[in-house]
Amino acid sequence: MSVDGPAATFRRRGRIVVVGASLAGLRAAETLREEGFTGTLTMVGDEPREPYDRPPLSKQVLLGKTPADGTALPRRRAIDAEWRLGVAATGLDLTEKRVRLADGQEVAFDRLLIATGTRARPWPRDAEADLDGVFVLRTSDDAARLDRRLAAGPRRVLVIGAGFTGSEVASACRERGLEVTVAERGPAPLVGALGGVIGAVAAELQREHGVDLRCCITVTALEGDPAGRLRRAHLSDGTALDVDVAVIALGAMRNTEWLAGSGLGAGPRGVACDAGCRAFDVHGIVTDDIFVAGDVARSPHPLFGYQFLSLEHWGNAVAQAEVAAHNMISAGPDRRPHLWVPAFWSAQFGVNIKSVGVPPMGEEIAVTQGSLAGRRFAAAYGFQGRVIAAVTFDHARWIDFYRERIEAAAPFPPDFTGVDRPPEGIRPVSADFPDPALPTHGPTVTLSGYSPSDRRLTFTPARA
Amino acid sequence: MTSGTLLYQITDYANRADPYPLYAELRRTPVARQDDGVYAVSTYWEISSLLHDPRLSSDARNRVPLADGSLPPDPEEDSTLPPSFLRLDPPEHDRMRRLATRPFGPPNCPRRIHDMYGELTRMVSGLIDGLDGREQADIVDDFAYPFPVMVICNLLGVPHQDEARFHGWADAIVSGLDPNPAEGPAERQRVAQQARTELGGYLAGLIEEHRRAPGHDMLSALATEAGPDGRMSQLELITTAVLLLIAGHETTVNLITNGTLTLLRHPEILDRLRADPGLAVPLVEELLRYEPPVQLLPQRTALADIDVAGTLIPKGSPVWLMLASGNRDPRRFADADRFDPGRRDNQHLGFGSGIHYCFGAPLARLEAQIALTELARRLVNPSLVADPPPYRQNPVLRGPRHLPVAFDGLATRF
Ligand SMILES: Cc1cc2nc3c(=O)[nH]c(=O)nc-3n(C[C@H](O)[C@H](O)[C@H](O)COP(=O)(O)OP(=O)(O)OC[C@H]3O[C@@H](n4cnc5c(N)ncnc54)[C@H](O)[C@@H]3O)c2cc1C
Repeated sequence: MSVDGPAATFRRRGRIVVVGASLAGLRAAETLREEGFTGTLTMVGDEPREPYDRPPLSKQVLLGKTPADGTALPRRRAIDAEWRLGVAATGLDLTEKRVRLADGQEVAFDRLLIATGTRARPWPRDAEADLDGVFVLRTSDDAARLDRRLAAGPRRVLVIGAGFTGSEVASACRERGLEVTVAERGPAPLVGALGGVIGAVAAELQREHGVDLRCCITVTALEGDPAGRLRRAHLSDGTALDVDVAVIALGAMRNTEWLAGSGLGAGPRGVACDAGCRAFDVHGIVTDDIFVAGDVARSPHPLFGYQFLSLEHWGNAVAQAEVAAHNMISAGPDRRPHLWVPAFWSAQFGVNIKSVGVPPMGEEIAVTQGSLAGRRFAAAYGFQGRVIAAVTFDHARWIDFYRERIEAAAPFPPDFTGVDRPPEGIRPVSADFPDPALPTHGPTVTLSGYSPSDRRLTFTPARA
Repeated sequence: MTSGTLLYQITDYANRADPYPLYAELRRTPVARQDDGVYAVSTYWEISSLLHDPRLSSDARNRVPLADGSLPPDPEEDSTLPPSFLRLDPPEHDRMRRLATRPFGPPNCPRRIHDMYGELTRMVSGLIDGLDGREQADIVDDFAYPFPVMVICNLLGVPHQDEARFHGWADAIVSGLDPNPAEGPAERQRVAQQARTELGGYLAGLIEEHRRAPGHDMLSALATEAGPDGRMSQLELITTAVLLLIAGHETTVNLITNGTLTLLRHPEILDRLRADPGLAVPLVEELLRYEPPVQLLPQRTALADIDVAGTLIPKGSPVWLMLASGNRDPRRFADADRFDPGRRDNQHLGFGSGIHYCFGAPLARLEAQIALTELARRLVNPSLVADPPPYRQNPVLRGPRHLPVAFDGLATRF
């Protein structure tokens, strides 16, 4: 690439707009500057606060250990940006290359990064959702409100939904000595993310810590008193529960509405993009100047059958933002794929949970170290004879090993002799996911190399 | 020269002062088989991946005889004490380490180390005050040794006056860890085991006293307080105490001494530290990369055939993880041989990684940060009297035996 090529000119004088001023947006901005982008940079965010971290909101903040406004993201470097905080982007004009803002203004760009993430899925009936005592947890304001209410000592908290956020909220409530009921439609907590085998462990964990856990049940209605305060919840088994706080933890919705009509391939499942973070338009044609990163993105991953994965993982937001930023200011051949192996962590009921890969793709699961009964273990998920994911409970220091197995498409069931091997040996059983939307074929691919710039794919054609 | 002899050149005392060129040669064969069946792993990614590999055991009971029929020497073997958690695999390791962590760090004692800041600063100031009126000091004997010993004694609840007694035992135990001693390995092993047993006996007495009259120290807590895992048995407690007492100071001496040496070799960085004590934090991290106090881990065993970087390490083989070499791997660290406290992305192997990640890391960090900052601030015009200084025999816990430093006096204490 010649020094004065279009990429170099763009690096010096280009205009970049980032919509979504949170984790992915901030890390992308820092990477742009780090890699020598000296043009103008505009950060648009609908939240009034500077970028902050969300994982502590359901952990340290709900425990009263960190104030809700005390989770600002550490800055890696100065980014010298024009900040447009507290104002949402409301539209995108692809032809004119402009972002429309809620205050009526427009910002022109040469390249755009979409990092608008997700928001909490609200309680479906507005009147009930508006009751005093009904909460969601996504923003620091949400956390501050909920923390205040928990500190006031409600008689009983109802958590609706036992995914990671719901389980963490329940854990925090118990640690604060509050009575808590968890209502979950599935057969166990975390079952969608980790399957029924691990879900059963999570269920025991909750019950042991005094959670009134009710599975295979839905909340049919929330009832308020004449003053509009939540006082009772009705359940699908016909029972009712007196509660003054309900936390709606029904998952997240992608913030893509502002892109409606723009011509981008954006919808409820996110903004589709290629492995280099370039957005697709509605015709499935890749755009040149629109990039996506973080929770709002959906991108194909070669290790997982080129499925378009949307990940709501902190680490993914960082890694994808870095790749997107790099690609935004690089000429074609210098661009890099986002080949991050999905990974996330959670902390609940005193247990540190970590996972790598895509557990819901797993057909089978095998405990490889420790034991389920002891709540300290590592387990691998298998898909078509190879390791596709792994989860650890209080065994996090081994996780890199399992990531390497996944990257190398190592055989499943794992056959290794190692420390802390279950005495009865490694025995695969069904991973027991409620709704296995598993693809039936996929190429075999391995990843090699260690740093993002060094990552290589080895493609192994399917056997005839 | 074959890499098979390189490893032994590295452990040869003649190369103690600067083993780094030899590490560079060793890295040309990331996994190098030695004539006696030992596999030396010298590159960053390979070491780091093996540190998280459950197929690699730390338990000496998994070793199989070497090519010549002998077992590699093990100073903890045949001692009347069971192995410390450093030499155990999960699940025993995890249980013991959790028990040892309870009175030391999070979640049970999250602020213990943090709260030692004032005490550590006072000790350091006191030791430096003791240099008043002198023009030269031995950083090892006058400072870098007494400081961590005081710290670990206070923390564990070991009377500081007994230092002379356990110093001898500690010396013998540490020289037993020397994987390739110049002379008489068998004799060294015997002496080390004897010392371990005697130190164990001494600590057993102390533990009894603490059980009767507990204080706020770790031994008292370990002897009297129970958590979800219960309590350590008497023998477990003694081995853990031996481990903490020895590991608690033998390595920190080297960290502080190597740090002083490195700073005196980089006067511009010494000046920066003097002007900005905040530099101490990244500086100590870079030090742990550049001159790690534990240079290699010579005590792992493959439980299965392990393919590493295209080389198969057969089941039962002894594996040496060359941490100091990985820390200088140019494929991982740009300009790896340069001492650069401003370095980002400095995930060094100075404290190891994985489940055996240095137990005392938070304490060692704080000790080194305070010690180096205060030395930089208070020694006026310090300079090395000998470069390189005389080194200790041990290639594993590598560091100067003496570090004579000349200076023009002391700056006043704050
Ligand atoms: C309570 C909680 C706990 C979590 N715990 C963990 C955990 O333990 N481990 C883990 O791996 N992950 C965890 N996560 C997930 C992690 O926080 C997310 O993956 C991460 O925040 C994604 O970053 P992002 O920048 O893509 O999106 P977000 O953080 O959602 O940021 C998107 C930003 O864009 C703004 N925005 C949206 N629409 C517009 C618009 N039209 N105009 C302008 N701005 C807009 C949003 O307000 C928001 O500030 C947790 C999340 C929550 C909420």
